[in-house]
Amino acid sequence: MNYEFDWPLLLEEPNWGWVIEGVANTIQLSLMAWGFALVLGVLIGAIRMSKSRLLRFIGTTYVEIFRNIPLLVQLFLWFFVFPLLLPDDLMRAWNRLDGVPFFTALIGLSLFTAARIAEQIRSGISSIPKGQFLAAYSTGLTEVQTFRHVIIPYAFRVMIPAIASEFLTIFKNSALTLTIGVAEVTGAAKTIEAYTFRGIEAYSAASLTYMLTTASVVIFMGWLEHALRIPGLIGKR
Amino acid sequence: MDFSVINDNIEFLMLGLMRSFQLAFFTIILSLIIACFIAIGRVSSRRSIRYPSAIFVNLLRSNPLILIVFWFFFLVPLITGKTLPEFHTVLIAFVVFFAAYFAEIVRSGIQSVGSSQVKAALSTGLTYSQSMRLIVLPQALRNMLPALVTECVIVFQGTTIAYVIGMREFLHSTSLVAERTVRPVELYLFAAFVYLVICFAGTRLALFLEKK
Repeated sequence: MNYEFDWPLLLEEPNWGWVIEGVANTIQLSLMAWGFALVLGVLIGAIRMSKSRLLRFIGTTYVEIFRNIPLLVQLFLWFFVFPLLLPDDLMRAWNRLDGVPFFTALIGLSLFTAARIAEQIRSGISSIPKGQFLAAYSTGLTEVQTFRHVIIPYAFRVMIPAIASEFLTIFKNSALTLTIGVAEVTGAAKTIEAYTFRGIEAYSAASLTYMLTTASVVIFMGWLEHALRIPGLIGKR
Repeated sequence: MDFSVINDNIEFLMLGLMRSFQLAFFTIILSLIIACFIAIGRVSSRRSIRYPSAIFVNLLRSNPLILIVFWFFFLVPLITGKTLPEFHTVLIAFVVFFAAYFAEIVRSGIQSVGSSQVKAALSTGLTYSQSMRLIVLPQALRNMLPALVTECVIVFQGTTIAYVIGMREFLHSTSLVAERTVRPVELYLFAAFVYLVICFAGTRLALFLEKK
């Protein structure tokens, strides 16, 4: 391997500007998409447990469609197909918008992640043994009380690792939006590599962004998981 | 909309789909083998084993797949001194990346087995590796089967990322036909439908295994 490192290259313009813009876009996009996805995901998770069969059907259909189509394909659908399906004048207005890639990415990421969050909520609740419900009912608790005092505290702890990794996934998934022209951090690194052939430096900058972001979330979540662990299962030592 | 464009190009599209399946298949087999070793390393009592496995897993899990693919496309020619076929380079990147994810599934499978099981096994005089192999892993495998199937679906969805470096998998074939025929609506809807059907079957299987 024969490679000369040139780290200061990253600090030169226009490279530094690209990196900063990329980091800013990645963080902005993932935070916004995460917010939308969380609200929508909990909503869909809730209607999937509702008594109405129609609502349950809508919730399940949503989850199955958005979870089973790869995110990249969904982004392409929103970017290439969706504007073509709009009425003519709406389509022209859409194309005139500033930052269409960003909005498209935001829609795609939010709707995709909402399905995953809804699913985590469902599987968290259904991972609870039936006996817990029966035991709670037999002590005279109502359904609402059972959920509040027995199921939710248990399910919450079971769901923490899954929800935590979901928060991290959206940061990483935002990298896919480079394919539709969002200048996020992976795209910025790719651009720098293409111009300078300094792949190691460029990709290190991108990797560092993801790793610092996820490391802080992982450390926090690891602490939370440990603090709330359920005795009797092999835990982290 | 005119879906006859699908029919006219079906052979080309199916060739791409086969390529996606190939990539997913080899990725799953190879990364699962590596993952088992890493997972056992993750729960090892020795720090010299536990820490490197943890670093490997966390390093890969904190980066997006697309960035890992870019990394390997830059590093593989640099290290080997020659350009490998793109399928091989993508496969290496995928195997390394998904090994970290499979390792976490295997690890959580191991950890889902109650600690009293390990204590009981050790107290009957089994060694650590015997109790892992005979007591913990068989139970762990049952527990983690649904998650494994779900991860296989994610690997298959992940093959779309090979599009980015121009490998002719299904999504890339679709986009090529879409550009040539100027029928993006029909083609991308078709691709979405195909992925939906395949992945839906996979997630249903996972659900079925979960209930069993």
